[in-house]
Amino acid sequence: MSCFLTNSSLGKKLVMSVTGCFLVLFILFHMSMNITLLFSPEAYNMVCEFLGANWYALVGTVILVAGIAIHFIYALMLTVDNYRARGKQRYAVTVKEKGVEWASKNMLLLGWIIIGGLALHLIHFWSKMQLVEIMGSHYFTPEIDGTATVINPANGALLVAYTFSKWYNVLIYILWLAALWFHLTHGVWSMFQSVGWANDTWYPRLKCIAKIVATLVLLGFAVVLILMYLNSGDIIAQMSHWVPEA
Amino acid sequence: MNFTLKIWRQKDAKSHGAFETYKVSDISPDTSFLEMMDILNNNLIHEGKEPVAFDHDCREGICGMCSLHINGHAHGPEQAVTTCQIYMRKFRDGQTIVIEPWRSAAFPVIKDLVVDRGAYDKILQAGGFVSVRTNSVPDGNAIPIPKKDADESMDAAACVGCGACAATCKNGSAMLFVAARVSSLAKLPQGRVEGARRAKAMVAKMDELGFGNCTNTGACQAECPKSISIAHIARLNREFLSAKFED
Ligand code: HEM
Ligand code: SF4
Ligand code: FES
Repeated sequence: MSCFLTNSSLGKKLVMSVTGCFLVLFILFHMSMNITLLFSPEAYNMVCEFLGANWYALVGTVILVAGIAIHFIYALMLTVDNYRARGKQRYAVTVKEKGVEWASKNMLLLGWIIIGGLALHLIHFWSKMQLVEIMGSHYFTPEIDGTATVINPANGALLVAYTFSKWYNVLIYILWLAALWFHLTHGVWSMFQSVGWANDTWYPRLKCIAKIVATLVLLGFAVVLILMYLNSGDIIAQMSHWVPEA
Repeated sequence: MNFTLKIWRQKDAKSHGAFETYKVSDISPDTSFLEMMDILNNNLIHEGKEPVAFDHDCREGICGMCSLHINGHAHGPEQAVTTCQIYMRKFRDGQTIVIEPWRSAAFPVIKDLVVDRGAYDKILQAGGFVSVRTNSVPDGNAIPIPKKDADESMDAAACVGCGACAATCKNGSAMLFVAARVSSLAKLPQGRVEGARRAKAMVAKMDELGFGNCTNTGACQAECPKSISIAHIARLNREFLSAKFED
């Protein structure tokens, strides 16, 4: 049992599909948390407190890291196998075959961009929120309008508003989301194909669902980014003096 | 019509190959692609040169022997046909045509445009059959098979084993071929019995021979001369995974 998941091509694809599906569900969950920011920064901070350094959030973090790591390691394993299978001698002339989408041939490239964005994202938020709580309190104290401001790790809304008050961060995140969009337009239907839940009737439907999910993720995150950028002044003023309830 | 041909020439499996350029002229638009190759070879023989080696047999699209990667397409620019079924009228007068052998680690070049596709035979030998004790021929209607299943089985059985799928796939994956063979038997009651064993044995052989992992790009079905659908790959995934979970 355990071996076919590591030594058979279809077993490896099953792992890719299951971890991919898990990541899609996580992304949707993360997106719905961010959406609370549109309604109330205080509500968002309640979510942040709920998901601080307590046991269930830590267990969740460990599972998430494992999911990403497995997906990533398997992606590299599959790619190495495939590179070898293609052989040393390449075609002089290649074309885009009819009906083949660009994303489907560039999943690894898109994955690298996602990993890069993820690293930046962890530096921006995780290292200043959950990590701070795990390590004890080394609060993040950036200069806002020339004065050093202490950002409490549970004051997620302030951290978000501070981060996206800078236009270049907004731009980088949007590029990151675009890579994720492409990855998901292929990944979301491909994960059904890999476990065998697809047929000629369902391909157009699955591909449509994949585009809808990808676009939902893109818009859901991008709306928050842009509104944070536009309202960062107000939210920073409103949340600078916020303290978590005891 | 006149054409410039850039053809891959390679003395044998061990030598390094390279492209050579040839010209053919006064080709009738109704000449088939392989006849055009025959004309070229005839010219080469008259010039005392080595003719270009390429595979072919039936020349009517049923044997799967012809191959060739023509201007970036397995079996040439037309959809749903084999190389022997394309005609020079499909090309522009004066066009340069680049002709390469299948390129895939599991299909080594033997000479010029001929590759060794024995790997597909080995996959078939691993499980692409039905084991039966044959007595006298049973009545044709003794085993009822729903029309839909018979049709799906026949669609998959149209695979001629040409190798275009693995040759096209950026991952060098043989999944479309294996899926067609597994699917055509899985849909019939006679083949159903050995379904689980067949899927496992053929996938294991495919992996062992160094074919790549399918990443669902769908390039194979676009280039397959028999338009085998990747829905058969979904069925193979189902057959294989359920067989593994039953172990
Ligand atoms: C860590 C960086 C990532 C890399 C390097 C990566 C790479 C890949 C690769 C190479 C595939 C193979 C395509 C295939 O086999 O069909 C794939 C599939 C997939 N990825 Fe990712 N990915 C990454 C992150 C993500 C994330 C964050 C998500 C979800 C939001 C995701 C969702 C998927 C899905 C759903 C599939 C389809 C699975 C399948 O085809 O069986 N990936 N990924
Ligand atoms: S599936 Fe299509 S491309 Fe592949 S071997 Fe069969 S006929 Fe050729
Ligand atoms: S020569 Fe038989 S299919 Fe082309």
